[in-house]
Amino acid sequence: MPMKIDAKLGLDVFKLDKEPHIVIDTEVCNTVCTDDACLYVCPADLYERDDQGRMTVNWEGCLECGTCLICCDPRALSWKYPGGPYGVQYRMS
Amino acid sequence: MERVECIVVGGGLAGLSAAYGLAEAGVEVMVLERGDYSGAKNVTGGRLYLKPIRGIYPELWDEAPFERPVARELVTMMAEGAHTTVEIASDRFTAGAPQSYTVLRARLDQWLAEKVMEKGAMVVPNMKVDELLRQDGRVIGIRAGEDEIGADVVVVAEGVLRLLSSAAGLATQPKARHHALGYKEVIELPPGVIEDRWHLNPGEGAAQLFMGECTKGMMGGAFLYTNRESISLGIVVGMEDMRRRRDGTESWQLLDEFKELPQIRPLVAGGTVAEYSAHAIPEGGISQVPRLAGDGYLVAGDAAGFCLNALVTVRGMDFAVAAGHLAAEAIKRAKAAGDFSAAGLASYEASLRSSFVLRDLETARTIPSFMENPRLFTHYPRAVARLLESVYTVDERPQDGLVKKAWKSVRRDFLNVATVKDAWSARRI
Repeated sequence: MPMKIDAKLGLDVFKLDKEPHIVIDTEVCNTVCTDDACLYVCPADLYERDDQGRMTVNWEGCLECGTCLICCDPRALSWKYPGGPYGVQYRMS
Repeated sequence: MERVECIVVGGGLAGLSAAYGLAEAGVEVMVLERGDYSGAKNVTGGRLYLKPIRGIYPELWDEAPFERPVARELVTMMAEGAHTTVEIASDRFTAGAPQSYTVLRARLDQWLAEKVMEKGAMVVPNMKVDELLRQDGRVIGIRAGEDEIGADVVVVAEGVLRLLSSAAGLATQPKARHHALGYKEVIELPPGVIEDRWHLNPGEGAAQLFMGECTKGMMGGAFLYTNRESISLGIVVGMEDMRRRRDGTESWQLLDEFKELPQIRPLVAGGTVAEYSAHAIPEGGISQVPRLAGDGYLVAGDAAGFCLNALVTVRGMDFAVAAGHLAAEAIKRAKAAGDFSAAGLASYEASLRSSFVLRDLETARTIPSFMENPRLFTHYPRAVARLLESVYTVDERPQDGLVKKAWKSVRRDFLNVATVKDAWSARRI
């Protein structure tokens, strides 16, 4: 059985910011976006739609690769690096 | 506003290399790194070609915390259920001064940051730069949170996403077509197991690339680098191909499926996954290199698009170190002339053009468009694997002779209009 993606992320060191560094404009997702690329390009599988059909992101497990940002053509994402001491801290990679 | 002579945005290899050269020459330099330490936000597949840069800061490399010198190169072509691996072992890869080493960035970059500090530069961790400050078109410093710091010159080594330089209008935003996603697991294995599995002498390393089924027809492949006590195993996949694909394939599943293949399972058996990481890779080649210098700033490393995927050799870290060094040289000249304008910093681009950085990128100009050909990642690896599978197959029927077996495969897979066209378009690679 392959390791679950959450378990893989659990191996990494994350320092949690108080504020999300990714904010989704769900209006754009629901009106402009046609491909929902974020759902399948994110290597940490952080994007999902909630019960109300709104796009959400579990930004706490973000690897900061920027793939969602580059692949989001409708520009629905406000995407910054986490500030100061926050975000993923690779020990090897 | 506080001032220093030079600010380096980003404490990766490009930024640290620039800072090392500048500090050595007595230039006041401050490196701003957003991670807990240099390397905390960096990811490599895993291999640094040291040979091109050994002459740059020659005193440094003998004590660098590399993982293993690469003695064996392997490339595996995958068809469904059948793999063909070509293995190249050469004394020349490691004799005397090895040409390349596997590396882990958190170790390498932290070490280099210490060397930079020993030279007298400041390396400030946990400092995320929010903005490049501009005045009349000139970069005059940076803003980090509430703090503004002025500088004669800013080295923009912010990495592949170019968040700061694109916001400042110095570069365009990265596009999916010109980028790949790379992600990997670091899997711990005892050194003896690594050496047995890849047929290595103690301390030596292997680099293995995989093409074909692993990316399900999308641009890219899988990679495996042996570290001292672990392997880096991952996938690179073109963002444009991945975005267009709508069959439910999710990027992160490619590695899991790859690891489950019966041909791959024995390579990772008994290993313990220790880290999972991901990064964007600039793959646009020289056509996506932004303006490299302007009034008050220079750009280096991934932010400058200095990355070259030439299918069997993948380079970037050597370019970063070389570009950082040339940035330092250009800044030293600008300081001597008291001119940090675009004209005063123009020697940077000129020296990059005469160095291997822009020359090798120029030579590879056509590779990014060549790699948009999906047959490269589907048909050819499969065809090679099937060809060799066929000549090694024995069954109950009367067998064709070796040449006839091979010829059947060649005629079927390699002699048609599409492959002739591909061969023609490959003539400049």
